[in-house]
Amino acid sequence: MSTGTPPRDALVHIEQATFGYDAGPVLDNVTLTVGARAFMGVVGPSGSGKTTLLRLMLRTATPQRGTVTGRPGLSVAYVPQLETVNWNFPVTVSECVLMARSGRALPWPSRQERAEVARVLERLGIAALARRHIRELSGGQQQRMFIARALLRRPQLLLMDEPTTGVDVTSRHDMLHLLAELNAEGVAIVLTTHDLNGVAAHLPELVALHRTVVAVGTAREIISASVLERTFGAPMEVLQHLGMPVVLDHFDAAGHRDRASA
Amino acid sequence: MTGALLDPFQYDFFVKGLLVATLAGGLCGLIGVYITLRGMSYIGHGLSHAIFGGFAASTLVSVNYYLGAGIWGLASALAINRVTRSRRIGADAAIGVITTSSFALGVALLTRFGSRGPSFDAALFGSIIGVSAADVWALAAISLLAGALIFCNYRALLFATFDPEVADVSGVRVARTDALLMFVLSLSILATLTVIGVTLVAATLVIPAVVARMLTNSFSRMLWLSTLVGASCGFTGMNLSYHLDVPSGTMIVLTGALVFTAVLLGTGGRRLSATAPPGRRPVPAPAASV
Repeated sequence: MSTGTPPRDALVHIEQATFGYDAGPVLDNVTLTVGARAFMGVVGPSGSGKTTLLRLMLRTATPQRGTVTGRPGLSVAYVPQLETVNWNFPVTVSECVLMARSGRALPWPSRQERAEVARVLERLGIAALARRHIRELSGGQQQRMFIARALLRRPQLLLMDEPTTGVDVTSRHDMLHLLAELNAEGVAIVLTTHDLNGVAAHLPELVALHRTVVAVGTAREIISASVLERTFGAPMEVLQHLGMPVVLDHFDAAGHRDRASA
Repeated sequence: MTGALLDPFQYDFFVKGLLVATLAGGLCGLIGVYITLRGMSYIGHGLSHAIFGGFAASTLVSVNYYLGAGIWGLASALAINRVTRSRRIGADAAIGVITTSSFALGVALLTRFGSRGPSFDAALFGSIIGVSAADVWALAAISLLAGALIFCNYRALLFATFDPEVADVSGVRVARTDALLMFVLSLSILATLTVIGVTLVAATLVIPAVVARMLTNSFSRMLWLSTLVGASCGFTGMNLSYHLDVPSGTMIVLTGALVFTAVLLGTGGRRLSATAPPGRRPVPAPAASV
């Protein structure tokens, strides 16, 4: 199926990549292309290799087999999972964002860098929080802070690991609108998510991942009973509501999956 | 009263010791910020013991203390860093094996062949006796160098300490930055070893940083606060050492412990969990929208 040659507009092309740790492969024979205008969600169960896939794109992990090719000079920024961050670390919001400045290495930022940070914080609606400690922010604000830090690098590709975990519905909506805006401005976005209804269903392109790429397509194509069963290993019921797929998850009183209803 | 306080300043050895203790306290306070925030306090403790092996070996073969122990300490630090990064064995186990072996070798060499430099007790617990003008200049030079390296690599050190993975993809050479920190840490321990003592150096790295962390939520403020607390503890501890006739390292550490207790009582230690190592950090409490 793959020719081994990345498409012309590809920012990152992964070709038959296999990566694993001592316990065995986490990703096996993965082939995937991220285009210059991509707005892509990666869905799959826990342990399916979503974060590892991002690491391959970031080049912080090197596949044992296969290749990862990036466009020369590609600027990539990464927004980590909130759960992995040390929220007690003594930094204010502006100190955290300023970490990404690429100019001089001196402790204090230049006037231009300060102005750039102020502009980005203003755009993300957290300018008033610049002097707050990072722990004093809500989940949505914490995500915005890391997006601000990522934007300071003027990325062509923004990778985000579970960006809506731990944020409320309103913040999730705002986040998706913000990401759509950034994408419209030319930033390619790849994010991982567990949230099929709240996030994945709203994205233009999805990748179903379970150690290997199960399927790539639109939300309507991927959020289907057959693809989800192959990806998550359990039957799921999918309804259509106002043209959007909605995944139903049934549990009995004891918390077990009610397979009869699926 | 004032006369009694100023009395030790008439002695040249005390003035030199005071200078060294103040400089050493400030230097360790500065480096300690990175060490504690990285959850590496045990490395500071272990490295001082490892350098003791180099101290013993260098006196045995008549090599300059700073050169011999410095190379030994740097090699130990890089070995610890490498083993820790490889994750084949736990960082605590790696530090335990490398540093205690080096310390044991130092004890064996000094016991068997004796020391041509500072005494065994002085190396373990610190002493201002025998601090030469050369020692003062060496520490001043090392403090300047360490300060300059931290100043010029401020962003890289901060980013690599806070989030090494994102730092790595943001253009920070994390491995090089880690090695630089190990180099500065080795130099700092080396320079302070004879005054503070092997067994007490770790405290001068940790206490000022923890005190500073309890007082601020800002990284830049924590840096200068920790430096100030370290230098103040060195100055005060050295004076107390003279008046109470107790080893200098002991009094510097006890002064730091007193400051720590006072700040802990005053602030309630609300920010203290910030020094928890990675992986054991508390999950942030959900905060209200602002």
